[in-house]
Amino acid sequence: MARRYDSRTTIFSPEGRLYQIEYAMEAISHAGSVLGVLSKDGIVLAAEKKVTGKLLDLSGSNQGGYGGSGEKIFMLNSNVVAGVAGITADANSLVNYARQAAQRHLFTYNEDIPVEVLAQRLCDLKQGYTQYGGLRPFGVSLLYAGYDPHYNFQLYHSDPSGNYSGWKATCVGANSGTAQSLLKQEYKDDITMDGAIDLVLRVMSKTMDSTTLGSEKLEFATLTLDPETKQPKARIYRPAEIDALLQKQGLGKKEEDTEMKS
Amino acid sequence: MEVSFAMTGKGYVLLAADTTAVHSIIKVKTDVDKIKELSPHLLMAYSGEPGAVVSRDTVQFAEYVERNIRLYQIRHTYPLRPPSAASWIRRSLAESLRSRNPYSVNLLLGGYDTSTYTPHLYWMDYLGTLVEVPFAAHGYGSYFALSLLDRYHDPEATVEEGLAVLRRCLDEVSKRLVVSPGKYKVKIVDKDGIREVEL
Repeated sequence: MARRYDSRTTIFSPEGRLYQIEYAMEAISHAGSVLGVLSKDGIVLAAEKKVTGKLLDLSGSNQGGYGGSGEKIFMLNSNVVAGVAGITADANSLVNYARQAAQRHLFTYNEDIPVEVLAQRLCDLKQGYTQYGGLRPFGVSLLYAGYDPHYNFQLYHSDPSGNYSGWKATCVGANSGTAQSLLKQEYKDDITMDGAIDLVLRVMSKTMDSTTLGSEKLEFATLTLDPETKQPKARIYRPAEIDALLQKQGLGKKEEDTEMKS
Repeated sequence: MEVSFAMTGKGYVLLAADTTAVHSIIKVKTDVDKIKELSPHLLMAYSGEPGAVVSRDTVQFAEYVERNIRLYQIRHTYPLRPPSAASWIRRSLAESLRSRNPYSVNLLLGGYDTSTYTPHLYWMDYLGTLVEVPFAAHGYGSYFALSLLDRYHDPEATVEEGLAVLRRCLDEVSKRLVVSPGKYKVKIVDKDGIREVEL
């Protein structure tokens, strides 16, 4: 029955639903999860990679720049890092748009784009795809972790409908329900950065598909404030740094390489 | 000729502009407010080019800026900080310059940044020049005011001390400029917002 109202994104069903958007969210619920936690002095983002394998050439992210482009976590501007869940190609397109929006803001106002403004820009774009053009919506949910002088550290989540909200801790993608309840139990308002890192890694280890955490399946990033310059510092961890962090937290693999099942 | 002055002090910015509207040799109006209040902590004094006939430009542009700054504030729940507002205004002037007929307006932008607790003053002209300065002036009056401000300006001055320096500038302009304005409007912006000052 719903079939009749599926093919056009820009029309309502008789029950007042927009099916294409719901289907987009369904696609996201099968994607690798992304988790974000806000603390007093920074934000932590972690994501589960789905595209893995021995034949994958990761030399780019192993040695390259600031890890600005991974599979799940991207730097949008020097003060905003985003984690994406959903259709990768759609996500890349949105990340590109967000980066341009951030630079346009910098060009006009000579300041880092405020985090909420960036989230709004993307959401305005996403909403357009649900109302005009007859094109399908973006099958991507994003978590934006950012800093601006107005509201300090902020974490936002946006979905294919073009709606967004601010969070203290949240999760999108596969097993996000489990992760969300774990976060609800464990999160404290005065959590420190170390506490947030610890919480994120613990929740990831419980909700991820694989048995142990490792840099092949995990992407990790933090956003803090440099103590001297007082400027936001986005740090997307390299695989070696992720492994080192996991070892420090006592969550790393003990044995040698475990082969990934495809 | 239109004249405006501004100076920073301890936690404030003081702006003064003449209040005359002129058509050839006639003073059409003597109580014009040429200092727009762009947001709770942002003031902008506007003036035309020396000898410019097109005084419409100044008001048009000033109102365009005022409404856009206000729109930003309404859309994003917080106002633009002075440095960012200055960049936006400068960008608008730079684009105007490269259009078929550019706006002929000079500006002094004074604001108090409520996130860093610092006063800021910017000098802008119709070419899209933007500089942050401790004190500034536009118009023929600037020839007198700037040397006085060079000598007497104190960035840590109190409001009273700042007003005393301003009075020096205004007196000198009255004394030496052939067509000197009679009255001035003086406004101040600080952590508590904007208020008008009686000289």
